[in-house]
Amino acid sequence: MKLNITIPRPAVTADPCAGDSEIVISGLDAGFGGHQVLKSISLTLPQRTITAVMGPSGCGKSTLIRCINRLHEEVPGAWVRGAIRLGGVNLYDPSLDPVQLRRRIGMVFQRPNPFPTFSIYDNVAVGLRLNGIRKRSVLDERVELSLRRAALWDEVKDRLEKPGTSLSGGQQQRLCIARALAVSPEVLLLDEPCSALDPVATERIEQLLVDLQRDYTLVMVTHNIQQAARVAGRSIFLLSGELIEQGPTSELFTNPRDLRTESFISGRFG
Amino acid sequence: MEAVISKFESADQRTAPQRTGVTVRAREGRLYHGLLTAAALVAPAILVLFVGVLVYGAWPSIRAFGLSFLTSSVWEPHPEREQYGALPFIVGTLISAVLALCLAAPFGIAVATFLNEVLTSRWRSAARFLIEVLATIPSVVYGLWGIFVLAPWVSNTLQPVLARSLGFLPIFGPPYEPRNMLCAVLILAIMVLPIIVSISLEAIRAVPASYREAALGLGATRWEMIRVAVWPACGSAFAGGCILALGRALGETMAVTMVIGNGRRISPSLFAASDTVASTIANQFAEAPSDLFTAALIEMALLLFLVTLAVNVLARWIIRPSLPGAGGRS
Repeated sequence: MKLNITIPRPAVTADPCAGDSEIVISGLDAGFGGHQVLKSISLTLPQRTITAVMGPSGCGKSTLIRCINRLHEEVPGAWVRGAIRLGGVNLYDPSLDPVQLRRRIGMVFQRPNPFPTFSIYDNVAVGLRLNGIRKRSVLDERVELSLRRAALWDEVKDRLEKPGTSLSGGQQQRLCIARALAVSPEVLLLDEPCSALDPVATERIEQLLVDLQRDYTLVMVTHNIQQAARVAGRSIFLLSGELIEQGPTSELFTNPRDLRTESFISGRFG
Repeated sequence: MEAVISKFESADQRTAPQRTGVTVRAREGRLYHGLLTAAALVAPAILVLFVGVLVYGAWPSIRAFGLSFLTSSVWEPHPEREQYGALPFIVGTLISAVLALCLAAPFGIAVATFLNEVLTSRWRSAARFLIEVLATIPSVVYGLWGIFVLAPWVSNTLQPVLARSLGFLPIFGPPYEPRNMLCAVLILAIMVLPIIVSISLEAIRAVPASYREAALGLGATRWEMIRVAVWPACGSAFAGGCILALGRALGETMAVTMVIGNGRRISPSLFAASDTVASTIANQFAEAPSDLFTAALIEMALLLFLVTLAVNVLARWIIRPSLPGAGGRS
């Protein structure tokens, strides 16, 4: 188990000297129509660390990370208030284009979702092509690099032209990670990335995430308490849209400050 | 079973009426089964009978002309040198249907995309209703509109412009006739539009949200998302919709007959009066001067029937497995 002990910063810091890809969320409210999902969340997601977002179903875990890359607002009726800063820049600044922002923040979804008509190669290259990269040699290089980072290269290097959906579930999820990494994001958001996978595939992905935290800020929603304990340096516990507790995973698990955290971690609900 | 029941006298009394009940119900069941089977068999039987009657009716023509019926352009009803070749009508049918599809397919897919991606759900259902109403307009109404509105507009407005700018191309060259192939193409394009819009819209709606979010999450704009995640997932449904529309366009009779000008010849120009298989049958069956003439018309009907049947089967086969599902293997 890998533990990253980091001292939490005060939640409202916005100083430009903050870490390059540190995420600071302050006073975040979000919801759909009249239904408020997140209630004034303030927290810091340190860079080069895996932060696990835990909580029972419907507590707003997914909404929280979907606010970070502003995907939440794409759903009809969705709204957001508050601020999220990435490296000191407010992501909700009206002058900021969410499309540009999403190229800095990659996302991996609950179920592997490679584009069905695209080959393995094209699935990884699609983000680069959207960025206007056309040169074959550059694409080849970046595709290989991304697939290597996602620990998939050796398994697919001889069949890059095969459809992405021809891979197994775990390979598809690593393909989706490679697709997200190809555009060189600073942050990788993962929404229960292993929930549709078997234990062996899950272990491979977890190992990959632990390796990736050297270079990226990772935020992973998980339903699985053991998974958080295995991979995450920091953990966050949400309940009914409220932040109950945050801190180094070891602390949260061995010495929770809130009784509700303790009940959740010991498996009494959730 | 018998042994168990005989242990209980009361049970015996109860089973007696129940048994007759079972036999009555079993007989009833067989009756319904028979009726439903018969009803189900009638439809395919009609289809087979139809082909049989057409082949029988067309036989004199099939025997007299063989394959040259499909390759000859001579349509000569004069009793002494009677000869029939359907090539101009076959070519006219193919050109009108394919060109109509070339116009309607991109436009229809664009409309479906707009309806789903841009409009809110209330406006979408209203717009969709209006487009689908187009499919319920009787084709003779299209034909009348074609004669009184479309054909004059084509010959007074469109034709001079195209003739001046692109007249060097044979398809926009002379002859310039008031009712022509282009009118038929335009009217067919409008008539098949609802089919293409409906099927494309269903396909676009069925694209899983996870594909869209994957594209948006990579930093795609809305338009890039449509291009990368939505359209490719709909590819085969679009193709199936187009082929279904092609089947409709190949067989459309009334509106085409009214605007195509009945030219009975192959011309490179879209402004020449032409004919399709369907329009020729509709125009000429009443005046059939001889048995062989009638047989030739019936052979064309057989041809049209088989081609549209094949096209429809193909379209259904393409559409069925292709509507994008939950997202492949996982």
